[in-house]
Amino acid sequence: MTLAANPAAAGGVGATAAPWARTALIVVSLTFLTLILIVPVVSVVGYAFSEGWEHYLAALRAPDTIAAIQLTLLTALIVVPINTIFGVAAAWAIAKFDFRGKHMLITLIDLPFSVSPVIAGLVFVLLFGAQGWLGPWLDTHDISIIFAFPGIVLATLLVTFPYVARELIPVMQMQGREAEEAAVSLGARGFTTFFRVTLPSVRWALLYGIILCNARAMGEFGAVAVVSGHIRGSTTTMPLQVEILYNEYDLTGAFAVASLLMLLALVTMLAKTLIELYGARRRRPLRVRPPADVGAEHRRP
Amino acid sequence: MQAHRWVQPSVLPGFGLTLGFTGAFLAAIVLIPIAALVLKGASLPFSEFWRIATEPRALASYRLTFGASLLAASLNAVFGFIIAWTLVRYSFPGRRLVDAIIDLPFALPTAVSGIALATVFAPQGWLGRWLAPLGIQVAYTWIGVVVALTLIGLPFVVRSVQPALAEVDKTLEEAAESLGASAWTSFRRVILPAVAPSLATGFALALARAIGEYGSVIFIAGNLPMRTEITPLLIVIKLEQFDYLGAAALGLVMLMMSFLMLLTINALQGWRARRATGRGR
Repeated sequence: MTLAANPAAAGGVGATAAPWARTALIVVSLTFLTLILIVPVVSVVGYAFSEGWEHYLAALRAPDTIAAIQLTLLTALIVVPINTIFGVAAAWAIAKFDFRGKHMLITLIDLPFSVSPVIAGLVFVLLFGAQGWLGPWLDTHDISIIFAFPGIVLATLLVTFPYVARELIPVMQMQGREAEEAAVSLGARGFTTFFRVTLPSVRWALLYGIILCNARAMGEFGAVAVVSGHIRGSTTTMPLQVEILYNEYDLTGAFAVASLLMLLALVTMLAKTLIELYGARRRRPLRVRPPADVGAEHRRP
Repeated sequence: MQAHRWVQPSVLPGFGLTLGFTGAFLAAIVLIPIAALVLKGASLPFSEFWRIATEPRALASYRLTFGASLLAASLNAVFGFIIAWTLVRYSFPGRRLVDAIIDLPFALPTAVSGIALATVFAPQGWLGRWLAPLGIQVAYTWIGVVVALTLIGLPFVVRSVQPALAEVDKTLEEAAESLGASAWTSFRRVILPAVAPSLATGFALALARAIGEYGSVIFIAGNLPMRTEITPLLIVIKLEQFDYLGAAALGLVMLMMSFLMLLTINALQGWRARRATGRGR
């Protein structure tokens, strides 16, 4: 959300504030951010490399850590595509049609945002755990969900559920329906309409939603901690591996794994910034415009 | 005449397919699991539910969770507003970079911020070693809980207030100042009322996030029963002891809090939307 217009720079109202007040406010802002955000983030790198490169690389090559990285990647590889398909379907139904209960549906889709991660794990334990509703049945059929990979996938699906839908719905609503209606009335089939008409104009929002969904899927801690059982090398994802190493006083190891997760966060932020810059320039909602406006679009470099 | 139909007719295809899939998936992943928690909690006799939900250790955990969350959201309301103000009104070297890193707590996995804060604020840590001689201990105390919750709530207030601040009607502000109002008066009488709904929304979002937070808190909190133990951690402890009913009872308390926060946030966003459309009149 970069604000291009800066009234103070243009000599607007804010420029009348006393110079000392302006300096004081900037200093307060930067000090607060430094203490609460920048120092902790920089410390991750500092502690990770505190015993040198070789120790850092060795920590990342530990078999349990490699297993944790693999499990995290595999979980994201399953969860992100499923929630992307869901997000696209939900956005199509909500943005392109009018039906009763739409507002309620949007609220329910947003629900996982307001539920504690621990609750997101707890619900699956109560459903599939040994004393859960389906526990005895699963036990007799020798299926394990809790303290196993399926539980990790389910908990991650729940916490990352709204991300893609949430980014797509407002953009697809703004885009209107005329272009799709024109395509369909000219004989295009549903999937053709979506891939050729809708998708090109929402692709940045879709990409942004997928990136956010992926970041949360790989970084989720609370929900996964509840369902995983912390079995080393088997049901331990990267954030859980950070916890295990930290609790064993292996600070370098914990911060080495944490540094990978922080890299993921920084790449996510960079991608977000690029999408905002590039998408703002390129994303033009497909809409039926007056002819004069259509020509103007092509004149732009 | 169409009013009796629950869906407006459209030439576009795929409504049944996409809505059906959305509904089924929503039920399978979100609604049925949450219903399982509600049913488990409701299977307890009310007196038993009440006994678990109000035992001293649980009450102490609510006090810490809500107290620290309120304090953190208030800190974010003050400093988040100042940060949004400097980003919108002033230009200084690195402004765009500062604007970009505000979102970092959204993207940073909570386990990472958790161990980073715990280590930095430990008595030997980068910041803790300067605080220790002053007699301030952050790590393993309630102050540490507040610090962690402040970090994760930071983007909510800044991102709510920023657009509202950018849209404050400049002509009103100029009119106030040309009529002799001091900068402070014009801030208090013109800017603050225009931004209040956004500030309240950001505060409520930060509060809601803080109440449910787990990962970034447990490393710095110290987790002493009755002292520095948050409610989500108490749920995890009950689960580790296979006390599913106890965990379900506390989970239900937290779920009800989440619904209450969700209703509050929806109401605040309605207020904000009305304020935004009312401005044009």
